[in-house]
Amino acid sequence: MTVQPSRLLIYAILIIFAAFYLMPVYVLLVTGMKGFVEVSLPRMWDLPSGLYFDSFLRAWFGSQAQGFRGLSTNFLNSVKLVVPATLISAMLGSMNGYVLAKWKFRGSEVLFPLLLFGMFIPYQSVLIPLVQTLQKMQLYGSIPGLIFVHVVYGIPITTLIFRNYYATVPTELVEASKIDGASLLGIYRWVMFPISMPGFVVALIWQFTSIWNDFLFGVVVTPNPAVQPVTVTLNNLAGSYIVEWNVQMAGALLAALPTLLVYIFLGRYFMRGLLAGSLKG
Amino acid sequence: MKGFRFYGFVVALVVLGMIAAACGPTPPPAAPKGKLEIFSWWTAGGEAEGLNALYDVYKKKYPGVEIINATVAGGAGAQAKAVLTTRMLGGDPPDSFQVHAGHELIDTWVVAGKMEPLTSLYKSEGWDKAFPKGVLDIVSYKGDYWSVPVNIHRSNVLWFSKKVFADNKLEPPKTFDDFFKVADALKAKGIVPLVMGTKDGWEAGHVFEDALAGTLGAEAYNGLWTGKTAWTDPKVTEALNNFKKMLAYINTDHSALTWDGAGQYLIDGKGGMMIMGDWTNGWFMSKNFTGYGWAPTPGASGIFVALSDSFGLPKGAKNRDNVIAWLKVLGSKEGQDAFNPKKGSIPARIDPDKNLYNDYLKSAMADWAKDAIVPSPIHGAAASEGWATAYKDTIAVFVAKQDVAATQKALQQACVDAKVCK
Amino acid sequence: MRGLTWDRVTSILLIAPSAIAILIFVYGFIGWTGWVSLARWDGMLQDLTLVGLRNYQKLFDTERFQIDLHNTVTFTLLFLASSLVIGLLLAVLLDQRIRSEGLFRSIYLFPMALSFIVTGVVWRWLLNPGSRELGSVGVNLLFDKAGLGLLKSGWYTDPSIGIKAVAIAATWQMSGYVMAMYLAGMRGIPEDLREAARVDGASELEIYRHIILPLLQPITLSAVIILGHISLKIFDLVSAMTGPGLGFCTDVPAYFMFDTTFRGNHFSQGAAIAIILLLSVAALIIPYLVYTARTEVQR
Repeated sequence: MTVQPSRLLIYAILIIFAAFYLMPVYVLLVTGMKGFVEVSLPRMWDLPSGLYFDSFLRAWFGSQAQGFRGLSTNFLNSVKLVVPATLISAMLGSMNGYVLAKWKFRGSEVLFPLLLFGMFIPYQSVLIPLVQTLQKMQLYGSIPGLIFVHVVYGIPITTLIFRNYYATVPTELVEASKIDGASLLGIYRWVMFPISMPGFVVALIWQFTSIWNDFLFGVVVTPNPAVQPVTVTLNNLAGSYIVEWNVQMAGALLAALPTLLVYIFLGRYFMRGLLAGSLKG
Repeated sequence: MKGFRFYGFVVALVVLGMIAAACGPTPPPAAPKGKLEIFSWWTAGGEAEGLNALYDVYKKKYPGVEIINATVAGGAGAQAKAVLTTRMLGGDPPDSFQVHAGHELIDTWVVAGKMEPLTSLYKSEGWDKAFPKGVLDIVSYKGDYWSVPVNIHRSNVLWFSKKVFADNKLEPPKTFDDFFKVADALKAKGIVPLVMGTKDGWEAGHVFEDALAGTLGAEAYNGLWTGKTAWTDPKVTEALNNFKKMLAYINTDHSALTWDGAGQYLIDGKGGMMIMGDWTNGWFMSKNFTGYGWAPTPGASGIFVALSDSFGLPKGAKNRDNVIAWLKVLGSKEGQDAFNPKKGSIPARIDPDKNLYNDYLKSAMADWAKDAIVPSPIHGAAASEGWATAYKDTIAVFVAKQDVAATQKALQQACVDAKVCK
Repeated sequence: MRGLTWDRVTSILLIAPSAIAILIFVYGFIGWTGWVSLARWDGMLQDLTLVGLRNYQKLFDTERFQIDLHNTVTFTLLFLASSLVIGLLLAVLLDQRIRSEGLFRSIYLFPMALSFIVTGVVWRWLLNPGSRELGSVGVNLLFDKAGLGLLKSGWYTDPSIGIKAVAIAATWQMSGYVMAMYLAGMRGIPEDLREAARVDGASELEIYRHIILPLLQPITLSAVIILGHISLKIFDLVSAMTGPGLGFCTDVPAYFMFDTTFRGNHFSQGAAIAIILLLSVAALIIPYLVYTARTEVQR
């Protein structure tokens, strides 16, 4: 078997691009593993001489002496934020999607794009009233407040994911149950919900990723460093001139870990979420 | 069975959600002695050491109170101000926060009704006699005192490397002409004449305020901020031209560096001069660098461009009594003498123990007593936050474009927008 | 029929909380921001006296905002063009029955899983210009080592590059997404179409040009919409990677909005920027939403 030169070229291009995408990961990893004596910017691309986890420890625990905050508590804050927010918004999205796909009412075809628009708005256009309203609701500056915000602004995308998913379920299934005398909730419970797992996986992964990765709401809704999610702490770590760059890199890797793991293990569903996000039902 | 699975799933979702939500907030525990949350942007080096020294004094007096050190790093307080604004807008003020005395304190916080007056505290502690009149003036509004100043910083200091100057037989320049001669000599030797970092956006505005003071003199400079001197004045054009000429002598990587990153050039003997406030002195000390000399910035001998850090009592502070105690420590001789030698600033009080301070600070105290004191706009003393921001942004653009006429026009417009000029 | 009406009520009840939440938190808040943008709220004290379009007028006169608009256009064009070209190229190459296609796909797509903050932190060091004392670092250092010193540059610290350096990082993060969309689209094209063309003697290249690319047009449209609205809103990446930069060479309206509102306390000015951002996104999204709604009805 001979290899055609054109095939070789294709592989060469693919590999060059793979190197481009992996380049930052390489720097993240080697920098994170270097000991403090070996980290210097001019040796950025060199391999570490051994395995050290100093940078990770520093990024995780921070340094009292240097006066910067580690990621540990804020990582936990992100977990406390992302788990309930993801679950609640998936549940909401499922109900909304069900109604919009199978129980269309007068105005539902207007309501749907109106909901969807909320997904695209620049959140800057709601920040000022958001802070004031959350304050009146006694939710400002707290993780429950942040959960609430993510649930509300997650409604459009989760609704979209489920509506598109339920649209693929044959309407005859619903009609048949209706004839059998099942109610709207009954049909949801007995017919739709049991087959909703794929929709849930997509919605949960999508919400998990975008809430974990959020920065704007975190920085505005939770100004207190002890309550902030991990992305905000990482940004502060990087914005501070006293923190060495290898600690910043290690911090970036730590903050990226949960979504990376989700991507590695559930990549297939992640893809589906992405494509759902592109409005292709 | 199907039903069981459905309910099981929903229950699991809800329970998980509730558990996670319950772990979320940290409700303030009803500790007997309470807490004290102090908000500042003093995160590192001498600043953090000074703050810790204050905390030590406080803890000795009030051992039961837990101090929460809420610091936000970055950009001479730029990050911290964003955090503070959202907290105040959201009705969650820290117990006490760092604020520059002067317009930043008055225009931003006092006029908006966010602070409690401290006049009775000033009376009971005798502070109305312990602080000089100039300081009392900038913390007053409508007959009340609104914050407790902890220190005085000088903005217009020219730092130079003693070694570089000695090697090249140079003297610290007194006028702009001297300055450019020295700069040329250094440039010829391959040394960066003037080191500067412009990364955080305010540093250029800082150097320019000193160029303004050096070109216009104290009285005309003061007039810029009160409306007596027009921004269209030819002297302002001259100041811009001086500043533009200075920019020709700075390090090329300035936009990637913060002021202290640039200061490293001086420490390494690769840079000759730097114009920065006297917190630089504290930073040099924290770097164990002693080979530096200082002088007033060109043209500004006898002028002291000043700023002052202070703390106040916001309305709605959760631990009001602890804040009062904190302010008492700040205003005391003991507190100021604990804080300032470490921070690298001179005390706002008139009665410091001079022996505690290093040579630079002793000279600053002497200048403070005899110089013409003028306020700094970039550090919140001379102009309202809005005006200072417009000023800062205009100068930041100037560094990139170096268009004198357009910049002068924009500076004039900023003054009009601030309703000081017509 | 009684059951049906009851179901009607339930369906409304189910969707009502979400509808009301969106009504308040999206439309109500936008209205409120719009009001603030027309008011005189400048400082910590809320002032809702209407002053007309003065804030907008002043905003467009502000040099920083002019630079920001310019930066947004540059960023959007560059980011869109490079993401579409790279995305399409990779999709076409992966469509050639590649061994370990899954691995390549995963590598190209994984940056999507990251936060813009993480991307910003990493790229701020990769595109660090280095300095005289340090010498080259990051990508510049790689160029040095590869003997391509000519390609070295000041990246985001050089005002003539500025925002374009941020676009590189954004392309790194999002081009895999475009690749995935195109690839999914290509896989959706029936094999018979290609077969028929091959029988007619068309070359592989011609098949892509004349058959596949035209069929992928809706995907290009989707990609432009998605990337375009991300690009208009970009904030996190700038915040973590560069900040506003020298002479605002990496500043964008979303960053200016945050800066002026929460650091400068110019709430009305911030609101005006937010409304302009919203209008620009709406100009992109609303026609698209209407278009998709229509085609869906036709389906």
